Amino acid sequence: MNGIHDMGGMDGFGPVNPDESGPVFHEKWEGDVMAINRVMGAIGAWNIDQGRYGIEVLPPNLYLTSYYRRWLERFERTIVKYGYADADEIEAGKSLRPGKTPPRPKLTADNLDRVTRRGNFMRTPAAPARFAVGDRVLARNMHPKSHTRLPRYVRGHVGVVERLHGCQVFPDTEAMGQGEHPQWLYTVRFEGTDLWGADSDPTLKVSVEAFEPYLDPA
Amino acid sequence: MTAHDHHHDHGHHHHDHDHEASDLSETELRVRALQTILVEKGYADPAALDAIVETYETKIGPHIGARIVARAWTDPVFREALLTDAGKAASPFGYEGVVGDNLVAVENTPDRHNVVVCTLCSCYPWDVLGLPPVWYKSFAYRSRVVKEPRAVLGEFGLALPETTELRVWDSTAEVRYMVLPVRPAGTEGWTEEQLAELVTRDSMIGTGVPASPAERGA
Repeated sequence: MNGIHDMGGMDGFGPVNPDESGPVFHEKWEGDVMAINRVMGAIGAWNIDQGRYGIEVLPPNLYLTSYYRRWLERFERTIVKYGYADADEIEAGKSLRPGKTPPRPKLTADNLDRVTRRGNFMRTPAAPARFAVGDRVLARNMHPKSHTRLPRYVRGHVGVVERLHGCQVFPDTEAMGQGEHPQWLYTVRFEGTDLWGADSDPTLKVSVEAFEPYLDPA
Repeated sequence: MTAHDHHHDHGHHHHDHDHEASDLSETELRVRALQTILVEKGYADPAALDAIVETYETKIGPHIGARIVARAWTDPVFREALLTDAGKAASPFGYEGVVGDNLVAVENTPDRHNVVVCTLCSCYPWDVLGLPPVWYKSFAYRSRVVKEPRAVLGEFGLALPETTELRVWDSTAEVRYMVLPVRPAGTEGWTEEQLAELVTRDSMIGTGVPASPAERGA
């Protein structure tokens, strides 16, 4: 979806403040929000793409609050959407009925590897890769209302395949509950001047990771 | 309404009468309610929630990436392995579990400077760098670094020659990037441990360069 989250190339957000490093969590609740979100991933309540989509569909005014505020707003909506709690329980602040059995067991403190270890997104390909390193490819001019990982600022532009990453879970379907539909994944490199015009830094090259359905031969 | 909403509530929000219920803000109360629901429904042990926070606050951080960089600076065979397949090369460097799945390391040279971003959310190599700093998640960084990276780097105090190629990596899928910075001059004969002390977090994102021996008081 063409949401507020797709920020590459936007103006108006002011300078970057490099001093905003700070502690890992500025307030205790931020860490707590991170932890409850990680729990639901670890027990398989929703996958990472469904989680990202849950943030993208937040109203822009909520999206623009803060990182962990987004996580909180997303959590309250997503836990209801996937049936792991009901809205009246969120309101009551406690469980009112038994929970839903998740795909994976309860998270305990003795096995945090389930939280810290990254998911494995690599899958066995069903067909050979359509493109090879060095191929010129066109990022499709596509505007799905659903989840996608092709940022707006590269759509309609021609780039060069720089690297092949194997066949990986396709977020566009996975986020929508339509299954993994693994796709070949490429690093595609664009010239800054192609993306931003004559005013671009002449040395700039920008790459994205692009799944095969995002690309046409150029 | 929650149990502690007292009898003369005139429809104000919780924070209007926090002095009675507790010192917790509305946000903290919402987060606490969600923690309660997760535990009561059997999705997580309370100890696991705290352990997740503690792990990201104290165990997983840029010191992991710094050791990887220092190894690459001192061991040419490892450097080659890291640049060829960072996931495999980095895997033994976790504090307890495997790290580096789907990781790519990109090497800075005197002619080319790499910068990592995630314009669509805030993807970041958590397992080797910890949680991202606030500025990495900021709208200013996400929107601008793909379009005017030299200006953004300037805000970090990093002034590169105009002829240095800028290469920006937008992490739009599950591939994660870390930058292998240039080894500082004047560190000939240094041990891996000494070198790791010079590797800043920002130098592995590309918004900084490693500390010099002088800066570290060597």
